[in-house]
Amino acid sequence: MKRTLAYLFIGIFFGIVMYKSEAASWFRIYEMFRFESFHMYGIMGSALLLGVTGVQLIKRKRIRSFSGEPIKIASKDRGFKNYLFGGIIFGLGWALAGACPGPIYTLIGAGYVSIIIVLAGALLGAFLYGLFKRKLPH
Amino acid sequence: MNILLEPWPWYVSGPLIALVMFLLIFMGKKFGMSSNLESMCSMCGAGKRADYFNFDWRAKRWNLIVMLGAAIGGFVAAHFLSVGAAPVDISAETVKSLESLGFQSAGEAYLPDRLFAVEALTEPKTLIILLGGGLLIGFGARYAAGCTSGHAISGLSNLQLPSLIAVIGFFIGGLIMIHLLFPLIF
Repeated sequence: MKRTLAYLFIGIFFGIVMYKSEAASWFRIYEMFRFESFHMYGIMGSALLLGVTGVQLIKRKRIRSFSGEPIKIASKDRGFKNYLFGGIIFGLGWALAGACPGPIYTLIGAGYVSIIIVLAGALLGAFLYGLFKRKLPH
Repeated sequence: MNILLEPWPWYVSGPLIALVMFLLIFMGKKFGMSSNLESMCSMCGAGKRADYFNFDWRAKRWNLIVMLGAAIGGFVAAHFLSVGAAPVDISAETVKSLESLGFQSAGEAYLPDRLFAVEALTEPKTLIILLGGGLLIGFGARYAAGCTSGHAISGLSNLQLPSLIAVIGFFIGGLIMIHLLFPLIF
């Protein structure tokens, strides 16, 4: 129960950050892909600066989790085609709908009913991937 | 208090996103939102149609709760931490290019009315764009085994080459969409 509440609060915090940073705005995504503002690059760049530093610290100092377990940060599976092709397909959708999977939920919560259609599409897309996985180059 | 109601600058937002990732890491989990899509498929019984969805989604229940939180966070931010329509102050060039594509609400709204106003849903083209956009997002995110959170933030923070390839893919796709396809679509 305590853990469930912790996840809920982390999610709420994440949603607020997505909305207030405007990373959930279609306009910001469009502007980013036209290289007309530093905003989105600043968000990702500063997140990564802290992210890379923190992950290195966790690994080198063998920092433990809140519950005292060793922290394991899994490496991504090796591959090339799936990451590139999947990435390109995702990028096409991200630019068109202007929302990635996190902000989709945030925008629904913010009251944009139309995003439910984007979510329905995303669920259908994930389902189709599962269906055709074996036939795709990986 | 007023400063909270303004849009948050990148140098506040970026570090807070890193904080979200670290909170999840310290909870023994990871930051990645798109795996919720397959959890929801699995919940709805997609495992009967494809083995890919044959996993115990209950083990990923924590992430569905984060997802629920992200929606509540959107509600809180839009209703209690914003003023009016929360207009997004995009650059003047961006507004101009959007106006030439026929987007009227650029610079005055959080999302373009043309695509996201409820009235726009009566337009079949809008429905196709929203559904098609979502489809590409869901298919691509699972094909690449991650989205912006899982690759661009978590993966790159852990210096993962696959994540770099995926993020390069995100940009190739996004640039193709906006520079080559937008003039054809809009």
